[in-house]
Amino acid sequence: MSTPLTDRAVADGFAVRRATRPAWAVLGERALEVLIYLCGISAIVFVLGIFFFVFKEAFPILGNKQFSLSQFLFSEQWHPTSELNKRYGVLAMIAGTFSVTALAMVIAVPFGLGAAIYLSEFCSGRVKETLKVVIELLAAIPSVVWGFIGLTVMSRLIVKYTGAPVGVNVLNGGIILALMSVPIIVSIGEDALKAVPDSYREAGLALGATRWQLVWRVLLPAGKTGLLAAVLLGVGRGVGETMAVLMATGHAVHIPHSPFDSVRTLTANIAAELGEAPANSDHYQVLFLTGVLLFLMTFVVNLAADLIVRGIRRK
Amino acid sequence: MFTETPLVRRKLRQERLAKWIFFGMTASMIIPLVLIVGYLVERAWPSLSLSFLVDVPARGMKEGGVWPALVGTIYLVVLSLAVSAPVGVLAAVYLNEYARDNWFNRIINLAVINLAGVPSIVHALFGLGAFVYAARFGYSIISASLTLAIMTLPVIIASTREALASVPRSFREACWNVGATRWQTIKAVVLPNSISGILTGIILQVSRAAGETAPIMFTGAVFFKAVDKGDLFPYGLGEQCMALSMHLYTLSTQVPGVKESVPFATAVVLLGSVLLVNATAIILRGYLRSRKKW
Amino acid sequence: MSTAAQIVVQDLRLAYGHKEVLHGISFDIRQNEIFGVIGPAQSGKTSLLRCLNRTIDFTPDTRVSGSVLVDGEDVRQTRNVFSLRRKIGMVAPLPVGLPMSIYDNVAFAPRCAGMSRKSELDGIVEQCLRQAALWDEVKDRLDSLGTKLSGGQQQRLTIARALSHQPEILCLDEFSIAIDPVTTMRIEDVLKELRRNMTIILVTNLTQQARRLADRTMFLWKGAIVELDRTEVIFSDHPGNRQTYEYVNGIFG
Repeated sequence: MSTPLTDRAVADGFAVRRATRPAWAVLGERALEVLIYLCGISAIVFVLGIFFFVFKEAFPILGNKQFSLSQFLFSEQWHPTSELNKRYGVLAMIAGTFSVTALAMVIAVPFGLGAAIYLSEFCSGRVKETLKVVIELLAAIPSVVWGFIGLTVMSRLIVKYTGAPVGVNVLNGGIILALMSVPIIVSIGEDALKAVPDSYREAGLALGATRWQLVWRVLLPAGKTGLLAAVLLGVGRGVGETMAVLMATGHAVHIPHSPFDSVRTLTANIAAELGEAPANSDHYQVLFLTGVLLFLMTFVVNLAADLIVRGIRRK
Repeated sequence: MFTETPLVRRKLRQERLAKWIFFGMTASMIIPLVLIVGYLVERAWPSLSLSFLVDVPARGMKEGGVWPALVGTIYLVVLSLAVSAPVGVLAAVYLNEYARDNWFNRIINLAVINLAGVPSIVHALFGLGAFVYAARFGYSIISASLTLAIMTLPVIIASTREALASVPRSFREACWNVGATRWQTIKAVVLPNSISGILTGIILQVSRAAGETAPIMFTGAVFFKAVDKGDLFPYGLGEQCMALSMHLYTLSTQVPGVKESVPFATAVVLLGSVLLVNATAIILRGYLRSRKKW
Repeated sequence: MSTAAQIVVQDLRLAYGHKEVLHGISFDIRQNEIFGVIGPAQSGKTSLLRCLNRTIDFTPDTRVSGSVLVDGEDVRQTRNVFSLRRKIGMVAPLPVGLPMSIYDNVAFAPRCAGMSRKSELDGIVEQCLRQAALWDEVKDRLDSLGTKLSGGQQQRLTIARALSHQPEILCLDEFSIAIDPVTTMRIEDVLKELRRNMTIILVTNLTQQARRLADRTMFLWKGAIVELDRTEVIFSDHPGNRQTYEYVNGIFG
């Protein structure tokens, strides 16, 4: 079955074997691959860059004889503009960040996990797709709009229903931050539940368990690392959130004693005062130092969360 | 014959109860939101009109429209994505197609994750230190856009990687077997078949770039700039600009005596545009998924 | 069929991580022969092929030692690995139609090599599709997607693609796993034709396929050569090694 074409190829002299790529194509490809590599390492460059530039502006204050790092971290007294008694203690702001984030997690985690369980175990098809889209849109709401909601809607509701003197406080910030964090908790929670093998569910059902029992006794314990990751990521988000808490928690610099107290978070503090601090003044440098502190805090939290999440998704 | 014992009845009840509890938890997040949005629209109603979008602010910002802020936001979004989209896509190509599994590339992955978690105010500080001062771009659209670009970069990298990874390895192997280089394979098979995921990822970052306030507040956005009504190109790149997010923030916290509906209307415009863009991206994603080539 | 060795493998060792899968094997393959490689799963047959065309490079954490000479040149030290891969055609077990038109599927390799004239590409596409016994079925729809063909058609498309860069050596790795016996027979006829112009390495789990096609056959087991000889000897009642007899006759493996 010798085809004329086969013989022609032999006579042809093997055109493909002789073909070479034009030089410009080869060089162009090489150049593009260099560009790709540079873009690839850009993330490292930027992370280091962020740390470098923020630290650079903050650095001088560390050498300043009047500045004490332990006072910075552990003192509640924040008087950057006082003539006689300049104090740069951010403890109150740390407490502010902590209280708002903690309250937000207390609300968001149960509700977020509940929603994740509902989506993963109790619903399917179009309902599930629609709900997932809705939650995705929830995640897209800009933080300044959330802050605005806190400032107007939530504040009025709080004053009306709790009789608190002002509506912008820890409670307000906590609720707003909770609503903001829910989508990510739902998303990671769903991933964690998806990672639990179906064989667990089948075994449970075969033993006669209801879905409620399955969830409570089988899935939650099995998925607990994932759920932990969800919480950590939520915390990371909470600690780093700026605009929403700036607008919703008020401006008082003090350690809160009740959810109805106004506070200021670390992030809000920087945003509120940076505009007024003269460039390269002590105040300015301390604000940048707060930025360094924030960077380190979120670094640790997000790193821990990601290590756990990678573990789940790889399953 | 299946008889319904009391135990079975109890179990069914338990199951139904569980379903309603979890549904309730889901709904309790969504319903308040719907109510809130409704309230926003209601309060914004007196000011909501087409002219609100096209007019400039008047009477010391207490009245008028949001045109300059809207245009400013568009400038910032377009410029920042023009930088972060190509860099992000190429970075993802490197990480998914070229990088070997060694310690160096694990550090890169770590860097992407950390970049994603940096608080927005720290991005603002960085932009201030690096672009406004060190690079001497000053307070300008350039500084603000570059700051936003670095903010949106990690998520674009992550979503592009996911899109690239969805192309089966067998296609790449088939290309390598016939002597194609890595780039030839990427260009012919990987990129064309992941473009939908890549595009969706980029479009979803539009809302992020449009909604952020802190990074632009200290690098190039201002509360007021004199702009003509309906002017499509009111800003030069080296100038400062207005932006919807900044506008909303300042109107609601620093301008006394504003007519109530104005900040609400601003919020509605911002929220509405963001949701519109995202919904479009989600629909696009659904449509492109249905047209898969394999 | 000449007796000149085209491929000489010497002491080839391959390890995935800590696990060695090829234990220092040595053999040679002659020009224009059909060289069969038989053995049960996990013997290292596929790994051997991947060492040959250097696609082993794409698997992380592998260590290769020894030499693989193709026409006298060690493939492990070749300067242009892409031209090496074009010299060696590879057909994988599972059919893969690339997500592009049938025409583009077959024109892909020549284009990567640098060819761009439509007349030349047209000729190659037709020739390779004819050689792969697919031309008649697709000649009127060369624009349709390669991924939409049936399994048997996609495997023939893969073969056409492997032929499109005019290889001197054609490797087939269990090519008939996912296709029906009739198509398999057609392709086997094609292979008997093709050997006039190239050397063929046929890796297969189906011992009878090797018996039908191969001139010499190598029995590879757990990364070591048990026996290598003329096919008639391997499949006779008295091959050199008892294990060969048992494997070929289905007593184990």
